[in-house]
Amino acid sequence: MLSTVENTEGKPVADIDLRKEFSEVGIGEVLEQLDRELIGLAPVKTRIREIASLLLIERIRQRMGLSAETPTLHMSFTGNPGTGKTTVALRMANILHKLGFVRRGHVVSVTRDELVGQYIGHTAPKTKEILKKAMGGVLFIDEAYYLYRPDNERDYGQEAIEILLQVMESQRDDLVVILAGYGDRMDKFFASNPGFRSRVAHHIDFPDYGDSELMWIAELMLKEQNYHFTAEARDAFARYIAIRKTQPLFSNARSIRNALDRIRLRQANRLVADLDRIVTADDIQSIDAADVLASRVFDKPSTPEGKS
Amino acid sequence: MRITQGCFSFLPDLTDEQIKKQIQYCLGKDWAVNIEFTDDPHPRNTYWEMWGLPMFDLRDAAGIMMELKECRKVYGDRYIRINAFDSSHGWESVRISFIVNRPKNEPGFRLARQEVSGRNMRYTTTSYAVDLPEGQRYNGA
Repeated sequence: MLSTVENTEGKPVADIDLRKEFSEVGIGEVLEQLDRELIGLAPVKTRIREIASLLLIERIRQRMGLSAETPTLHMSFTGNPGTGKTTVALRMANILHKLGFVRRGHVVSVTRDELVGQYIGHTAPKTKEILKKAMGGVLFIDEAYYLYRPDNERDYGQEAIEILLQVMESQRDDLVVILAGYGDRMDKFFASNPGFRSRVAHHIDFPDYGDSELMWIAELMLKEQNYHFTAEARDAFARYIAIRKTQPLFSNARSIRNALDRIRLRQANRLVADLDRIVTADDIQSIDAADVLASRVFDKPSTPEGKS
Repeated sequence: MRITQGCFSFLPDLTDEQIKKQIQYCLGKDWAVNIEFTDDPHPRNTYWEMWGLPMFDLRDAAGIMMELKECRKVYGDRYIRINAFDSSHGWESVRISFIVNRPKNEPGFRLARQEVSGRNMRYTTTSYAVDLPEGQRYNGA
């Protein structure tokens, strides 16, 4: 019932068909899915491919009896908000599970609140509870730099960090920790916690999306929900992206998702406003330029006002 | 005298690997697993003390094994058992319970007889260990 990777000790295999091994573990599909469903992120995909290959070889080495140690798999994902860190973490868990480096392949996603307690003696049980839940899978700590608050030396975050470090070291074959956060703040976090830096094997940086990539993402999201842009709406949305990017609090794909949610709201409102007509499936599915252009983003005085 | 309570108690003590597999079986059925300990092993003493908090939503036995290791460090000289609670409708009770740690020396039980009215006898059992105060019962034994 348990993973079979460890159970082969004592009878090392002499040779292994690499192609067969690759198709057997089924990571090819996961990688393909990653390519298909995640737009852009070329450097991330390359790194994940590299890690997957490394782990495949490592798995073969273990079976040949060439290495017994579990490799350090803890990772850090840095990048701006909405660049797909959580999505990639889910895929990573899948890859690790298929290769047998984690036994269950589930992801427990937490932030500071779930790890750090509010009074003395609260933090350790809280952190341990989360760690126990994550055992056999991946612990994804979003905005990990909040764990460390240098301005408050009595902050309980330090306690959580110590427990994390201890488990990351002693139970490497039971769970994989992925730390995520914005690039510059994660750098500071690692600089002040050298223990983490040395225990994290893979640092992956997530670049921001370009305009055309954001457009693809928007169209993919709409397609999943059975909507589509009309030609004018598409142009309007391209302008929307260009303007929205220059505004504060832009968080890549997440902003796009939120914008689409609001656009769907306006589209529904527009349809309901005129009750005395027959709507077709196409009406229901298509998003007009008016739905996009009603956005507040176009109101900003700094942007060229254009009515179409 | 070897105490036989709960599952597997007539078998040789489970190894850690076997305990882990049993726990994984429980987790696979979505039961909540917890750890309890006691130094009063009377068969009618159903209320053992709980180690830490009950553990919900675990997926892998490694987390419980970690707690069991901690518990053994502190209460290695007492009885420790693992319970799995099934919360599903109609069950709502402990589905499996088995001892995972026992003291080195188990002194067993005394049978006490009490003469009552007529020629009647009343019987009761008492563990020899409970003659000592709580916490000292299996020390150094």
